[in-house]
Amino acid sequence: LKCTEKYIYYLSFQSKSDIISTVEFNHTGELLATGDKGGRVVIFQREQESKNQVHRRGEYNVYSTFQSHEPEFDYLKSLEIEEKINKIRWLPQQNAAYFLLSTNDKTVKLWKVSERDKRPEGYNLKDEEGRLRDPATITTLRVPVLRPMDLMVEATPRRVFANAHTYHINSISVNSDYETYMSADDLRINLWNFEITNQSFNIVDIKPANMEELTEVITAAEFHPHHCNTFVYSSSKGTIRLCDMRASALCDRHTKFFEEPEDPSNRSFFSEIISSISDVKFSHSGRYIMTRDYLTVKVWDLNMENRPIETYQVHDYLRSKLCSLYENDCIFDKFECVWNGSDSVIMTGSYNNFFRMFDRNTKRDVTLEASRENSKPRAILKPRKVCVGGKRRKDEISVDSLDFSKKILHTAWHPSENIIAVAATNNLYIFQDKVN
Amino acid sequence: MLSKGLKRKREEEEEKEPLAVDAWWLDPGHASVAQAAPAVASSSLFDLSVLKLHHSLQQSEPDLRHLVLVVNTLRRIQASMAPAAALPPVPSPPAAPSVADNLLASSDAALSASMASLLEDLSHIEGLSQAPQPLADEAPPGRSIGGAAPSLGALDLLGPATGCLLDDGLEGLFEDIDTSMYDNELWAPASEGLKPGPEDGPGKEEAPELDEAELDYLMDVLVGTQALERPPGPGR
Repeated sequence: LKCTEKYIYYLSFQSKSDIISTVEFNHTGELLATGDKGGRVVIFQREQESKNQVHRRGEYNVYSTFQSHEPEFDYLKSLEIEEKINKIRWLPQQNAAYFLLSTNDKTVKLWKVSERDKRPEGYNLKDEEGRLRDPATITTLRVPVLRPMDLMVEATPRRVFANAHTYHINSISVNSDYETYMSADDLRINLWNFEITNQSFNIVDIKPANMEELTEVITAAEFHPHHCNTFVYSSSKGTIRLCDMRASALCDRHTKFFEEPEDPSNRSFFSEIISSISDVKFSHSGRYIMTRDYLTVKVWDLNMENRPIETYQVHDYLRSKLCSLYENDCIFDKFECVWNGSDSVIMTGSYNNFFRMFDRNTKRDVTLEASRENSKPRAILKPRKVCVGGKRRKDEISVDSLDFSKKILHTAWHPSENIIAVAATNNLYIFQDKVN
Repeated sequence: MLSKGLKRKREEEEEKEPLAVDAWWLDPGHASVAQAAPAVASSSLFDLSVLKLHHSLQQSEPDLRHLVLVVNTLRRIQASMAPAAALPPVPSPPAAPSVADNLLASSDAALSASMASLLEDLSHIEGLSQAPQPLADEAPPGRSIGGAAPSLGALDLLGPATGCLLDDGLEGLFEDIDTSMYDNELWAPASEGLKPGPEDGPGKEEAPELDEAELDYLMDVLVGTQALERPPGPGR
């Protein structure tokens, strides 16, 4: 992808009620899952390309919708547990069914999504409506046969991994061994086996003996894409730790520690808050990690711990507004970041429904907007520009006109093609690059 | 946490103003602050932070990240406003002497008044118990534990939380959200070696070795709590 290539607005799905809280393509890109604040999961499936319309790639249509989590009440602590889906992660496909993990603040669930296009007919003991027959009336036996039916997609919860997190779960990550996964909350990371729900191993614990000494929390965690013993986790102090599970059972001692020294010229009371890392992602190659803090996206080489190899300014014009953003709590917003399939372009969201892409090779970047007003089907997205001061050009928007309630926190990139999914509050936008 | 959306439409002539205003919030060591830094600016930021902290602690389940960041920011502000006060050592940049004096002179009363009222409010908050309790509390009869028992390698040897909220200043604020009572962890008296604090490269110390007597005691606790637990029901 050339970063300057324009995107075509492709499909917009407007969720009726709830704010989208997570977006994730599966490993082939055939499916796209969204989770929302109401605990629902909506899965979109890409349509097969038809021979009639070769120029038109498959669109994403709703494939399955289900209620993953319900609001719960913890009677012991007198607390309500939100049903909001914090993260969805797909398992690689191993048979006809699809599996995904979805989590709220406290409980992870494994869902199986499968198709049913046949149903058995001709039971001996039941009639067609399912009522039991009087066995005395049965004189002959027959073998039930499978008859075709309208395609039905069902989602069934296969595992519930509960009661292992005292604090709020912020991340889940499937291990490359496909047998285990981890869940991370503010202070601890647990390792699970998919088959075992009543036990998990605690692999990171940063809870101090006295909570009074607490100064740092875990903000995100992810397994290495190829090395099943390696994972990283980020902190609210802007640090990343890489851990090797072979070293010890409890990975409190990191193998590598990534931290960039603070820039003294940019120091302020808000330095720590804006350095807090909101997302960490391994590159597909496994050689780099990308981190998102409030104002920047950074790319780190696993072999260099003392500073990132690349830093991209997402919205540096906000640096002088930090006090206002602290006042309205926007400074605590947690933006995610994603790699494209070839690790050459990175993308992250901003305010005013803007999202940004950075081409690592050409060093060019672009700002695009996800909004219904500016996007018509098959229309090319126009690059946007924020004007910092001085004379504002016609198409530019000034910093003070930005709408801070329209934030793009969640985006996803198709694993191999130039198709992106952008969640803008309760709207999902899917864009793809121009096809000649 | 919901964002309080800020949609501002300003005239273009006014664009320059916000940039100047925000310079006040910069660290006292920053050059621009030396020019025009009314003491009330930092005090307002302090008040704002105290307000945020108060609001956060009033939640039934505070957002830990938000809380930690606000407290750390408050520490910075407090340290720069009253460097001579009896606070835990917090790394703070050296303040320009004149600015610091001005801040101290005018904001002392406001500072102590704010802190006092906050601490008083917090002491009234019905928070979670500060003393850790045995694991048995986690599983009242009839309720199976469907979740994790941390591996023995992750024993968290807690000392009972000590100290009065009013004594510890900012540190004491976290006592209210100490959820050790509900953790899946074993309780041990304060004499046990404490688990090392938050991950911290240079300052991290080795956990003390357990001697035989302590190990025996631990085993007793383990056996005792296991006897109290009911095994999880079938089919989970």
